[in-house]
Amino acid sequence: MRILCCVKRVPAPGAKINVTADGLAVDAAHLGFTTSPHEECGVEEAVQIAERTGGEVTVLTLGPTEAAEQLRYAASVGAHHGVLIQTDGSAWDPQRTARALTAAIQSLEADGGVFDLILFGNESADSGGFQVGVRVCHALGRPIVNGIKGIEIEGSGVRARREIDGGFEVYEVDLPAALGVKEGINLPRYPTMRGRLASKKLEITTLELDAGAGDQALVRLHRPAETVSQTVILGDGPDAAPAAVDVLEALGVL
Amino acid sequence: MSEFPASAKCVVIGAGIVGNCLVGHLTKLGWNDLVLLDKGPLPNPGGSTGHASNFIFPVDHNKEMCLLGVQSANQYRDLDLSVDSGGIEVARTQERMDELQRRMTSATAWGVEAHLLTPEEVAELVPFVNTEVILGGFYCPTVSVVDSLETGTVMRRLATDNGCRVLANTEVLDIVTEPGPNPGDHTVKAVVTDAGTIETEYVVIACGVWSNRLANMAGAHIPLVPAVHQMADVGPMDILAATGNEIGYPIVRDMDTFCYERQTAGSMEVGSYAHRPIFHHPDDIPSNEEAALSPTEMPFTPDDFDPQMEQAIELMDMLGDAEIKYAINGLLSLTPDAMPCLGEVPEVRNLWSAAAVWVKEGPGMAQVVAEWMTFGYPRVIDAHGADIARFYPEERPDEHIWARSAEHFNKTYGIVHPAEQWESRRNLRVGPYFSRQEDLGAFFFQARTWERPQWFESNADLVERYGLSEREVEWDNRWWSPITNAEHLNLRDNCGLVDLSAFQIYELAGPGAVTYADRLAVNKIDVPVGRSIYTPWLTPDGGFHSDLTMMRMGEERVRIVTGVFDGGRDEFWVRRHMPTDGSVSFANITDDITTLGLWGPNAPAVLGAICAADLSQAGSSYGSLVEVELDCGTGRPVPATLFRISYVGDTGWEIYLAWDDGPAVWDTLTRIGADYGLRPTGGGVYGTSGRLEKGYRLMGAELESEYNPLEAGLARPRVKAADFIGKEAYLAAREAGDPEVQMCVLTVEDLHDARGRKRYMQGGNEPILTGDGNRIVDSHGRVSRVTTAGPGPSVGKHLLMGYLPSELAAPGTELQVMYMNELFPVRVAGTGAVFDPDDARMKS
Repeated sequence: MRILCCVKRVPAPGAKINVTADGLAVDAAHLGFTTSPHEECGVEEAVQIAERTGGEVTVLTLGPTEAAEQLRYAASVGAHHGVLIQTDGSAWDPQRTARALTAAIQSLEADGGVFDLILFGNESADSGGFQVGVRVCHALGRPIVNGIKGIEIEGSGVRARREIDGGFEVYEVDLPAALGVKEGINLPRYPTMRGRLASKKLEITTLELDAGAGDQALVRLHRPAETVSQTVILGDGPDAAPAAVDVLEALGVL
Repeated sequence: MSEFPASAKCVVIGAGIVGNCLVGHLTKLGWNDLVLLDKGPLPNPGGSTGHASNFIFPVDHNKEMCLLGVQSANQYRDLDLSVDSGGIEVARTQERMDELQRRMTSATAWGVEAHLLTPEEVAELVPFVNTEVILGGFYCPTVSVVDSLETGTVMRRLATDNGCRVLANTEVLDIVTEPGPNPGDHTVKAVVTDAGTIETEYVVIACGVWSNRLANMAGAHIPLVPAVHQMADVGPMDILAATGNEIGYPIVRDMDTFCYERQTAGSMEVGSYAHRPIFHHPDDIPSNEEAALSPTEMPFTPDDFDPQMEQAIELMDMLGDAEIKYAINGLLSLTPDAMPCLGEVPEVRNLWSAAAVWVKEGPGMAQVVAEWMTFGYPRVIDAHGADIARFYPEERPDEHIWARSAEHFNKTYGIVHPAEQWESRRNLRVGPYFSRQEDLGAFFFQARTWERPQWFESNADLVERYGLSEREVEWDNRWWSPITNAEHLNLRDNCGLVDLSAFQIYELAGPGAVTYADRLAVNKIDVPVGRSIYTPWLTPDGGFHSDLTMMRMGEERVRIVTGVFDGGRDEFWVRRHMPTDGSVSFANITDDITTLGLWGPNAPAVLGAICAADLSQAGSSYGSLVEVELDCGTGRPVPATLFRISYVGDTGWEIYLAWDDGPAVWDTLTRIGADYGLRPTGGGVYGTSGRLEKGYRLMGAELESEYNPLEAGLARPRVKAADFIGKEAYLAAREAGDPEVQMCVLTVEDLHDARGRKRYMQGGNEPILTGDGNRIVDSHGRVSRVTTAGPGPSVGKHLLMGYLPSELAAPGTELQVMYMNELFPVRVAGTGAVFDPDDARMKS
């Protein structure tokens, strides 16, 4: 079984996210980078399916050279191939991204055959556009179901579960197909040391594809006003009682 | 809720292990009007304490670091917040095995239990170690794992129970100073925070990696850099989980790969000091809010860690299949010389530093600072090596801090020779003869910032003349040359010219100069103009702060000449104790004056060829200062001050010259001296072999604040009438009778080791033991150890110095010294010189 998982390199922010002076990007000066959490689950799911079915997992990302880190991370937890659509690191809108991914998938499928299953994250952790997977599948003419928190391969099809209020919707889709998965579908494994070292040997296929900018443009990022909360330790055990009383009195509840 | 404090006696900034322990120790010493604040939340405000590995390996070759580590470990134990896990340093190379023998020697010196293990014995303690890749191990059963956060909480609570106010989430915006009390001085006035301003008398910066930023607010420096130490937590592993403990197996330090493996419950923490140095400016550390984890747990850069993973798996195969659950680029503090920054900063009065301190020595170093603030000097240990005043201005900029820290980061687990020289940041300060010395093939040692020739390759011919040879074992030969012994013998036979430009020279002037000088010094400074005084300066407790020469240059002018290793501390001590009535002015004239040492039986003839003055003992008596003119053939007489003194034991002078006159005098003396056997002579003779043969003590080696002049053999028969710092304690020590210990010179009677090789002690705190092999410890807990070791070419012995209990100090007493974990027989020569004990040569 051939499985493709699309991932995005995103900042790993703290509680406060700084925005660059021009308002067009997250200031990543202090930040590390990671794989968008839904997609991290996507990789884990792909690896598990491949382990069960004897398949192979290809991980595809679009980003700067450094995004190879995310491909190696995927390899360190069991992915077999990595493909990077290299950009200059600037933010691409969803249409542009989808066009490039579509072209890449068509190219990869022309060389190696159709991917039975393509997994996307439901949405990315940074821009959260919810669009790329749907746009790619529309372009490929392939079915996609989003919001997936359970996948079972059954013969030539896939049974996918989507969480709804009070239960699940179950979709049965013929392969090839695509799914947008959500965090919680599994608990992603951490890489082992040997996995990490093996991932250093991953040969990454680099593609240079650009389909031109789409119609969506980022105007600016806005950081909402902070709500500062502070924890004050009043003391331990019975000794803390007077201070606790003071606080309750100050709040007017005593 | 309590109100924001408008004032406090002392504000401690930083609530990590150091700040918390500091308010605890200050409270124990009677301070109660304290404020402790931190910009982060409690109990983990986000500094390095919060992610520390929390283990203490007690053995270090350095006395301060070792004993304060042990002291800290005991403080954690006393609070029942420590577990003795044991720890093993494993060796993969023979060179490391030799180093482990040296570790055994240091363990003996400091009284720490330790054992050398075979690979199989290592595996008995840590069954998952691959014995195929190690040659052995060094095991300390008292390696401990501590709870630094809880210790901080307990110490903080001790303080708050006694009035200390604690402000979390309160960021310091400025440290305000005011001018005075003397011109050029600044004194702490207030701390401005985002919650208000606190008027205060004292401020202590205990801010770990942020410390220099805080110091800069007050115009001061705490020379440290936030540096990455990578660590990864991998697991779970059944064998670890089965212990049911946070720590069930000894910690393993894989010394040759600069890594450690430390169990944390079911996982293993792998930490590295092997990666490239990764430094950050304090301004580039994220805030608590911006940080994904905490400010000092920065994003992991896995590429830097990969080689360590391979090595870790090699040592412990099970690590390979364990998951990497948590990995950080943790920040810690590094300084230019790998020592902490403790004490009052020289730039601002009452602004103190308690920084560049790791968890392993935090409680002990907090105690040092608390005692220093309370008593005027630390009591628990001599802390001159950590004294922040040691730094010269050239050592404070980021360029220097970063370069030096980059150089020593990978030596954290390195094998560092006692005489090891820095590669980076050389030639910061050179004497006026530097180019001439380079032409002569000088091998330079750097003393803090100053380059000093240790020996001259141009004297290689003397090695053959005197039938000398290299040392047999590379370690003993490292940073040494037989040329230094040849220079020594030539000086004794003929004459040597020594560059002493690194002397640090100050002048006190004004109507109160002599009175103030007398207040600093044990010995009387109010002597006739033209006389010099060799004298200790004491701490308030009567131990050595300094040991130097003072010169009565005029009725109202006193010159101070001190060694380059102590210049920063001594200048600060002088400035800090200056009278505030304007009666004394201070000037650092180091850059104006160069000094040449000219010694040996031919020295009077050489100098006499260019000096018409009476150079006999009558005209230039021992200890006197004589103003003369030297004829260098330029037509212009060169003014010079001749100081008849000797640190090497032969007749001659220190010649003080205007800096720019130095080269002409050097050229003239070497030209004339050629006929008298004069050779340029290096610091190996001046600082070690010549000094040792005469039994002369050196500040920082023999002389420390833990010892007094009686013990050092430097007490004069009478005590001057004038008051001086430490006088009360000094008088009490004299009244107590004969000192318990005495500084002695010992000869090594047989240098051969078990393999028949001649070995040469380096003066790296080798323990002096009884004939039965027992440690010698006095009633204060001070151990007998080698303070200086070196050759005595003129007496044909390798010489050692060290304090011995009086009953063992009698000449002829036979003892042993441990070196590289072997015992060598030594004999006490006495408390003074082994060469020319009557000083006949110097006074001839």
